[in-house]
Amino acid sequence: MSTDKTMTADQVVGRLGSGMTLGIGGWGSRRKPMALIRALLRSDVTDLTVVSYGGPDVGLLAAAGKIRKLVAAFTTLDSIPLEPHFRAARESAAFEMTELDEAMFMWGLTAAVHRLPFMPIRAGLGSDLMRVNPGLRTVVSPYEDGEELVAVPALRLDAALVHLNRADAFGNGQYLGPDPYFDDLFCEAADTAYVSCERIVDSAELLQAGAPQTLLVKRHSVTGVVETPNGAHFTSCAPDYDRDEAFQSAYAKAAADPAAWREFTDRFLSGDEDTYQAAVAAFAKEGA
Amino acid sequence: MNAKDTSGVTRAEYCVVACAEAWRGDGEILASPMGTVPAIGARLAKLTFSPDLLLTDGEAMLIGDVPAIGGASELIEGWLPYRQHLAMVTGGKRHVMMGASQVDRFGNQNISCIGDWEQPKRQLLGSRGAPVNTLNNPTSYWVPRHSSRVFIARVDMVSGVGYDRAAAAGKTATRFHEIRRVVSDLAVFDFDTPDRSMRIRSLHPGVTAEQVQNATGFPLVIPADVPFTREPTDAELRLIREVIDPRGLRDREVRA
Repeated sequence: MSTDKTMTADQVVGRLGSGMTLGIGGWGSRRKPMALIRALLRSDVTDLTVVSYGGPDVGLLAAAGKIRKLVAAFTTLDSIPLEPHFRAARESAAFEMTELDEAMFMWGLTAAVHRLPFMPIRAGLGSDLMRVNPGLRTVVSPYEDGEELVAVPALRLDAALVHLNRADAFGNGQYLGPDPYFDDLFCEAADTAYVSCERIVDSAELLQAGAPQTLLVKRHSVTGVVETPNGAHFTSCAPDYDRDEAFQSAYAKAAADPAAWREFTDRFLSGDEDTYQAAVAAFAKEGA
Repeated sequence: MNAKDTSGVTRAEYCVVACAEAWRGDGEILASPMGTVPAIGARLAKLTFSPDLLLTDGEAMLIGDVPAIGGASELIEGWLPYRQHLAMVTGGKRHVMMGASQVDRFGNQNISCIGDWEQPKRQLLGSRGAPVNTLNNPTSYWVPRHSSRVFIARVDMVSGVGYDRAAAAGKTATRFHEIRRVVSDLAVFDFDTPDRSMRIRSLHPGVTAEQVQNATGFPLVIPADVPFTREPTDAELRLIREVIDPRGLRDREVRA
């Protein structure tokens, strides 16, 4: 019998430490491990290097002053193009940034997964990513073409947080939505990886929900599994739920103003996950 | 057909036709339009002269039909998650039309930030896929409000690589590099000049070359005889107005 890896969100955060390099799965405002992020906000863990296809995960951690360095190609709320906390943090130079391209980011994770120092790619040359990342190097093809390519360094992670639709207690994770994003790469590129999910099910149930290729994350790359219903809220977690646009809009509005943001954090982010979900339910009722 | 349908062609509709023309002759590749008018243009191209184009639903599905803007597809023909989408980019099987917060005379584009990158005056999206796009698949740009703040002498951050920067970076950068078109609400531009600097390809009817130059922060190449952007056919107008954009979302992006 495999090891049961179920734990709570707070237990996950208890295993993280200040100064870590933390990868966060999902993409923009889609399937972000928000319940784990909220648990992280309640902790003393700080000084993080965050590696993310950024959305409100980056915004919330930036607002809480927990980011020392951000590695990202963008940070967006999708339906709201500019993430207000990210904007404010960048405009006050609140953290260091390694700005990469979406493809460079993927190849950096891929290099880490395969234990390679870098991957050679045709992206970045000629762009100012070479200027703002003075550490980026190129490599010359040893073959006849002799092309000079960008050597994207491996994005190795101390820990990864991802959110999936289903998982079993052993860490086999399943996505049921349209896109796996890069969650499997995040888990495999990390020394420790934590999967939150809408529902923990028996292994036998996984294939009742979807075809074998929905089994994205394998248990060998997972350290802990957390059941967090509505745990990606307010980002999307198709097909379980769509993005909560009304809530996201309220988030973005509050984030643009310090007084409104204090009210928002008092109302939604001052308690535990159950308190958050209850406040979200009350917010939805008001709008109905 | 009511009176509105036979009325004069709007500026937004010329922009749609100009965007559609960017995908002419592209064959069986993915059209990736960003913005409402480019999205209408790509669908118009698919419904008329570029029927083999692939389109997505904006996320991970390839759609086999051509729904109205804002409407749902009823025919999924394929699956294109981000990792495969990126392979279409690097394989050159895609022509993207991106936005541009700034663009210069050699087609360098910025969507990252305004001001100094270390501490921007205004943080924008980040460079997203612009670096990989421009070096790997044909790239065009759409600017819904032409101004000298967008068409600028020097971009603050090169996200998308233009012709001068690609040439300076060497053959790996130039091998698959192509900036096909820039379409604005005033005119259409290309880089078919000896030094690869931006040229007016056509003016939208009602616009003068002088007007475009005055709204541009660098000298444009202006041929002696600049044509007007072509008229949509009756069939194209009907497709734009009744099939692809019956709600008139194009008019929100380009004012009349």
